[in-house]
Amino acid sequence: MSEVFTTAVLVAVGASAIRLAVPLLLAALGETFGQRSGVLNLGVDGIMLLGAFTGYYAVLKTDNVWLGLLAGALVGLVLGLASAVIAVTLKAEQGISGIGVFLFGLGMSDLLFQKLVGTPIPIDTFPQVDIPLLSDIPYVGEIFFQHSLVIYLAFLSIPVATFVINRTTFGMKIRAVGEYPDAADTLGVSVAGVRYATEIIGGTLAGIAGAVLAITLGIFQQNLTNGAGFIAIALVYFGAWRPTGVMLGALLFGFVNALVLELKTLDIIPRDFTNIAAMAPAIITILALVFVARRFRAPSALTKPFTRGK
Amino acid sequence: MSINLSHQQRRILAYSIPVLAVFAALIFGAVMLLLLGANPIEGYGEMFVGAFGSGDALIATILKATPLLFVGTGIVIAFRANVINIGAEGQMVLGGLFATIAALYLPEMPPIIMVPLILMAGLLGGALWGWIPGALKAYYRVNEILSTIMLNIVAVQLMNYLLRGPLIDPAEKAGTGIPQTERLMESADLPIIFGDRFHIGPVLAILGAIATYYLLWRTPLGYRLRAVGLSEHAARYAGIPVRRTIALALTLSGAFAGLAGAVLVFGSESHRMVTDGSTMGFTGSAGFNGIVAALLGGLHPIWTIPASFLFGGLIVGGQALQRAVQVPSALIVALNGLVVVFVVAADRYRVKLLSVDGRDQEIADDGKTPEGEDESALGSVYDAAPSGTDSYGQDEFYEDST
Repeated sequence: MSEVFTTAVLVAVGASAIRLAVPLLLAALGETFGQRSGVLNLGVDGIMLLGAFTGYYAVLKTDNVWLGLLAGALVGLVLGLASAVIAVTLKAEQGISGIGVFLFGLGMSDLLFQKLVGTPIPIDTFPQVDIPLLSDIPYVGEIFFQHSLVIYLAFLSIPVATFVINRTTFGMKIRAVGEYPDAADTLGVSVAGVRYATEIIGGTLAGIAGAVLAITLGIFQQNLTNGAGFIAIALVYFGAWRPTGVMLGALLFGFVNALVLELKTLDIIPRDFTNIAAMAPAIITILALVFVARRFRAPSALTKPFTRGK
Repeated sequence: MSINLSHQQRRILAYSIPVLAVFAALIFGAVMLLLLGANPIEGYGEMFVGAFGSGDALIATILKATPLLFVGTGIVIAFRANVINIGAEGQMVLGGLFATIAALYLPEMPPIIMVPLILMAGLLGGALWGWIPGALKAYYRVNEILSTIMLNIVAVQLMNYLLRGPLIDPAEKAGTGIPQTERLMESADLPIIFGDRFHIGPVLAILGAIATYYLLWRTPLGYRLRAVGLSEHAARYAGIPVRRTIALALTLSGAFAGLAGAVLVFGSESHRMVTDGSTMGFTGSAGFNGIVAALLGGLHPIWTIPASFLFGGLIVGGQALQRAVQVPSALIVALNGLVVVFVVAADRYRVKLLSVDGRDQEIADDGKTPEGEDESALGSVYDAAPSGTDSYGQDEFYEDST
């Protein structure tokens, strides 16, 4: 066994963990905004799938990965807006309406793919950008500093999100609306307005997450995300509703996924057991939920639609 | 706005709202069909004929409605106890697996014993997969929406593992390796009532719905479930074992989904359990659509019967539509999603109509409170949480110091 875990393998697993963590990270970060304001968006996976297809299709047509990213973001923005209409204005039961959005995204992305593309054609992927000097550090450089630009940006978005949520007026409104919507409303904060904003941020980030996934893999297929959106939602709980916690969770999941992949290619996990290994993220999530539920508290208004004077 | 409506008119309007929501989703679908270059009027015509237009169509619709009714009935129980069960997909899978394993490993016995046995196995599988998130919610304050979603993922992987490995048909193992079991024992086939495929499943599902009506409105247990659903606080104050009741609500809900899974396997034409690698491939999304059927039925077990029938027609008709106008079947999944969104979004207006009604619909639905309710007060030594009305507890505030 010890020969298996050579430094080369470990470095490869580390680097791939970071790549695999990014779509989860972006989607979960968007969901964090929504949940801190009191809205649970269960449709993330559907939004990711449509973002992934749009991103893929845009790159296929224009050969420009950045346009692909933009296209994914736009689709996410529109779907985030739609989710806000459903959850905030129509006050739908958030635990279920999101499943509808997921099914819609699952079917629609597949439908569009079959109608517009048909057979999978590989597309350009994000160019790798080595960070000068840092990328030359042995091992560390390979793991952390030889990625594409989106990956660096995704990790930079974590401190930005932390700052926005904890240190800006907008962030304070988000937290107020998520914890004490009545009090926020009395002070003149538009509960619906803030929740629309966070849902749109969440949708946009989910769309970007999907596009990043498709453009990193260079391919689209039916159900490309394979439930990543749901894992992302769980990561928000996992990270106790804080961007840093969410990032650590995403990295852990990236690592588990990368490890399973690597062990599979090295034939350490027999083919028969790949399904068992694929349960790992879900089981870890459930265990983590038990742990988190004991220590942390969800935003009090989470999943509760706001009605004035009620 | 609708102050002048009579009580009866309000009720009718309230029950028709979800149906209107389905129509709204279909209008959306018509736009999609137009964009795909298909004629929506022709398509929806085919849909109606395909669902209700002939004896065969009706049988297909009723059979399709059966898992929806099982799941929907379970969803009603969960909802009445204020628990959201998104895990019926996984519970169906476990039900199917348990029943399949029973049929594979039990000795051959006459149908009169075998059929109840495999149904019981399915029920147990589903109940187990409902009990886990139920207990996690009740005793560890784990959000049931998330835990059930995660358990769906675990269930599908378990199914794929078992059907590709230990449970695979020996002939397939040697041959092409299609992940399916052998033809399960014939004495476990669901008895056919008439024709060549109308089995007892639909009858069982209807009986289950009726039994659930009695459970919820005529027994102390049902009273406890609804009391917890209306107000955890008040229920706790009345001495109802809140935690145990919550765990039980999800267990019962899962048990119904498990039955749906068993009926899917043993009422299928191949009489095997097969996987295409996805949960939906086995359940046909009945675990999600059952929620919609329950909402269409106004969260009432009896109304869920016609609601499931309608929704079954929608699915069977959708397949006919897809074949007739030659659009990819993914359209049906997308349309299905729209129906979920529209029905759920409209549900609030149903509740609103019922609640301005002068009396509290949820409690007064059927008049009497069950006898023997004080038995619940003797029930258990429920250790009340120090504080907190929500399931996450409020005893600890976390500092916001990221």
